[in-house]
Amino acid sequence: MTPSKPATIHQPSSAEIAGYLRPPPGTHPPLDSPPYKSTGLRAPSQAPVVLRHRLTEITGPLLTGEIGPNDHDLTRQHAAPPIGERIIVSGRVLDSDGRGIPDTLVEVWQANACGRYAHSVDTYDAPLDPNFSGGGRVVTDSAGNYSFTTIKPGPYPWGNHHNAWRPSHIHFSVFGRSFTQRLVTQMYFPGDPLFPYDPIFNSVPDEKARQRMISSFDMENSVSDWALAYRFDIVLRGREQTPFEEPHE
Amino acid sequence: MSESAQSELALTPSQTVGPYLSLGLTWPTGHLVVPEDAPGAITITGVVRDGTGAVVPDGMVETWQADAEGRFDHADDPRGASGSGFHGFGRASTDAEGRYRIVTVKPGALGDGQAPHIDVSVFARGLLDRVVSRIYFPDEVEANATDPLLSGLPPERAATLVAERVGPAELRWDVRLRGEGETVFLAV
Repeated sequence: MTPSKPATIHQPSSAEIAGYLRPPPGTHPPLDSPPYKSTGLRAPSQAPVVLRHRLTEITGPLLTGEIGPNDHDLTRQHAAPPIGERIIVSGRVLDSDGRGIPDTLVEVWQANACGRYAHSVDTYDAPLDPNFSGGGRVVTDSAGNYSFTTIKPGPYPWGNHHNAWRPSHIHFSVFGRSFTQRLVTQMYFPGDPLFPYDPIFNSVPDEKARQRMISSFDMENSVSDWALAYRFDIVLRGREQTPFEEPHE
Repeated sequence: MSESAQSELALTPSQTVGPYLSLGLTWPTGHLVVPEDAPGAITITGVVRDGTGAVVPDGMVETWQADAEGRFDHADDPRGASGSGFHGFGRASTDAEGRYRIVTVKPGALGDGQAPHIDVSVFARGLLDRVVSRIYFPDEVEANATDPLLSGLPPERAATLVAERVGPAELRWDVRLRGEGETVFLAV
């Protein structure tokens, strides 16, 4: 399991380390995205400095601990089940080479069935559900699979512009196995009529990339007399084949 | 070896954490990379501010670092996993004053020419992707001077990455997302 400690620690030069592939343009949203108003004061004005991947970037937190018994089932965290359409959400956390990422933490949070978050900042005039907190966490299995049970979140209004509504979504946070792979995203539901109007969904420039945030209806994993299912795979960056060469340093 | 191009899967895009991240990402002890009373424990605090200088009360700071010997307990480290169990990860939400607080140990040098450093991710409503930066240490003047990242930046920009000592075991490192004194952010 753990490699035995070498007598003298080999110090790799950074030229020996294969980094992670850089995301293709259009995959991630530009930080400065004017239709989403809050980016105006928070997006950096200067271009980021490109950092070569070294030891701190090719390693990362390997978090598996402290999962509670009902963390994978958001419908069983209170005395009674929450109101709403019970659903099973499952998928794989993979890298772009198609390898599942085992034993990695997946965290989720979401609004209740009415579109209200159990959070003091949320002032939407829709009922809170005393039986729904909206937070969950699971760890992937040896093949990178995860699954959790929840209720389908509702759409909700927000203050970005007149009559602004967020499409139903579940927030996902994943780590992968390196600092470079860290990702927070949102999972959407197929066929949502709000997609064309949502500046957050549309902040992703590439149309095909946007589609990859939409889960697919999953009849196969639906459970008779119990719950419909949705599938959502999360693809993180893969590794360069050979060490990245830079002329300087 | 032409198979490297074969069926590469396309990446999942990033989206903002939004204002309600605490529902999913709060851990009571997340800010403790090491226990408060661990030998060599230091506290790193700071305030996250936006383009007007207003504090960001709904953000989150995450840290990732080597242990005090400059090792990672991670199999992808070509020097081998340390086996120490040091998990190296900290997570702290910002409070109503925009302040975060992490308890950790100062990382050792990695032995590859870089000065000791901590990698940082900042998440917030209004950030469609995390922003990445680094914390360096004020007592590493020589190592900082030859660090490949710091030495390639104009001095006033490099200074945004070096923490300030404010107590015997306390450092301060502020984040300015935008505007005057904007923190250097990194594309990883």
